[in-house]
Amino acid sequence: MPDTASAAAPDLEVQSASKRYGAFVAVDDLSFGVRRGSFFSILGPSGCGKTTLLRMVAGFIEPDAGDLRIKGASMRGVAPNRRPVNMVFQHLALFPMMSVGQNIAYGLERRGVKSGTAKDRVRDMLRRVGLPGSEDKRIDQLSGGQKQRVAIARSLVLEPALLLLDEPLGALDLKLREHMKVELKQLQAEVGTTFVYITHDQSEALVMSDQVAVMNHGRFEQVGSPQQLYYQPKTAFVAGFVGNSNRFEGRIEQRNGERVLLRSAGGLALWAQRVGAVDVGQAAQLFIRPEAIDIGRNPGELPAGEPAWSAKVQSVLFDGGNSTVQVLEDRSQALLHIALPLTGRLSDLRAGETVHFAYQPSQAWCFAEA
Amino acid sequence: MNTATHRRWMIALLLAPALLWLAGLVILPHVELLLLSLQARVGPGEYAASLDQYRTFWEEPLYWNTFVRTAVISVLATALTLLLAFPAAWYIAKVARGQTKMLLLVLCLLPFWVSEMVRTLGWLILLRETGVVSSVLQLVGLADQPVELLYHDATILVGLVYASLLFMVIPLVNSLESLDDSLIEAAYDLGGSTANIVRRIVIPHAAPGIAAGCIVVFMLCLGNYLTPTLLGGKNSLWFTEQIYTQFITRFNWNQGAAFGFLLLFLSSALVWVGLKLTGQRFGAVMKT
Repeated sequence: MPDTASAAAPDLEVQSASKRYGAFVAVDDLSFGVRRGSFFSILGPSGCGKTTLLRMVAGFIEPDAGDLRIKGASMRGVAPNRRPVNMVFQHLALFPMMSVGQNIAYGLERRGVKSGTAKDRVRDMLRRVGLPGSEDKRIDQLSGGQKQRVAIARSLVLEPALLLLDEPLGALDLKLREHMKVELKQLQAEVGTTFVYITHDQSEALVMSDQVAVMNHGRFEQVGSPQQLYYQPKTAFVAGFVGNSNRFEGRIEQRNGERVLLRSAGGLALWAQRVGAVDVGQAAQLFIRPEAIDIGRNPGELPAGEPAWSAKVQSVLFDGGNSTVQVLEDRSQALLHIALPLTGRLSDLRAGETVHFAYQPSQAWCFAEA
Repeated sequence: MNTATHRRWMIALLLAPALLWLAGLVILPHVELLLLSLQARVGPGEYAASLDQYRTFWEEPLYWNTFVRTAVISVLATALTLLLAFPAAWYIAKVARGQTKMLLLVLCLLPFWVSEMVRTLGWLILLRETGVVSSVLQLVGLADQPVELLYHDATILVGLVYASLLFMVIPLVNSLESLDDSLIEAAYDLGGSTANIVRRIVIPHAAPGIAAGCIVVFMLCLGNYLTPTLLGGKNSLWFTEQIYTQFITRFNWNQGAAFGFLLLFLSSALVWVGLKLTGQRFGAVMKT
């Protein structure tokens, strides 16, 4: 019976943890759990408290209130060197005075692992991160991606209950970052260790994670799978922060079940799904993703049955698969971003042309003004 | 004149004062002293090449003892200075922030606004038989008669450490400041204890700074004349005193020059041994 209980228990449980610095609330009465073996990301803008939260889990910061449990055991008053968690630092913090092998063996030696055994485990770990035989290399001989792997190997070799990662991909160039995203996810799946990853880069969080928590002002706005965050944002902040969105402010004019009609200051009337309590007469904000809008040169290309608008193309922002056009709606002069179809159908679109657009109200969300 | 030769002339001109200084005040006198040390007086006003001066040093136990004693106390003073300066430097580099940091550095510098002579005389006022410390000890009943705290080896050590502290603190602060805090956190996170982190992370990182501070302090101690003479009195037996005696009292320039070269050799040899023992390269040390 205790066995099944511990198997069901999350690896990390945060119970109403708070931390304030003077008047600034870094972490605000936060509670959540991280499932065993999952890749959990905390996504948020800088200053949202995610670093404080991670350092709390690692033990470098004591929470003012609340508790932290790792594998069921309370971590209050437990020093970082006694916690079953390891951290991959933002700038990796590899020890330049030691070789690659010594870096990875450092933690094992601290635990009193015999040097022969430690050597085997270091060799095995280096093989697993794809750097076999680099024990004797100096840290400054490694490339950015290799350093990354050594930093992860140094933590994973200790078989922690949790691996904490503090934006470790931030210092890498774009191509390598894309590559490391895939690699990290594969590595996590292989070793099965629970990863807690913090980042301000939504793409990193969406690509790698099983669960993402969007954090703002010391609180979680929403916790869910990447798909849930993208397709069913629960707050205006999530809708604006995850993915790209066109945002409109205005008042609700009509409500029809869960559908509401918002009229923007410029006079544009848009239907959307309401999220939370928002009703006629209230100030609200509405989000539509550029990729949820259909665009065509004539109204016939658009799906029938939804209201359509005409607009003038202001500029074409070509970016391969992420290409968008900026258009000005004819009557309200509202500015919208619309994704270009990936088929290349509108690849010859030029500024100044007239286009028509429409969207499904089920793919737009309306939130009460905060 | 083309630009290349022009540039060369400019560089020569800019370097001229330093080169003149080096040649006139360092190299020339040393060559002269070396020649002097290799001569012996054979008659009135007559000198011949000889190794007598060095032989005297070897055969006279007083000189030999003074030499070894000077070296040992200097090494001891350097080690003590390092032990005292390290926590202070750590606090200044890693704990103190902003104004406090500035204030602490200025506090280290403050004693040096007064000349060494006055500072050392200050120690005399504190430590002599009728001095402040002795009076206080009698007042609180820890001593029933005046205590003479001057003229001990320990007094010399105190004076030397006091005079050298700044020269150890500055390079240590510099090298500790460049240590990334996340390295310490990472080591701590991986299970390192404080003692282990100091040994494996902090000291290896600060090693060039430690070596630089030790070299400077050691040389300052070895070549110090005022502090050992004033605080150690007649018992001080410091090697610089022997040199002074030879040159000024005995008027034996040849012997004095030989002693001077022996001291130069001693400091170079000990610095070399120190660097070898700690595995530091001279170039890296000089950069800090």
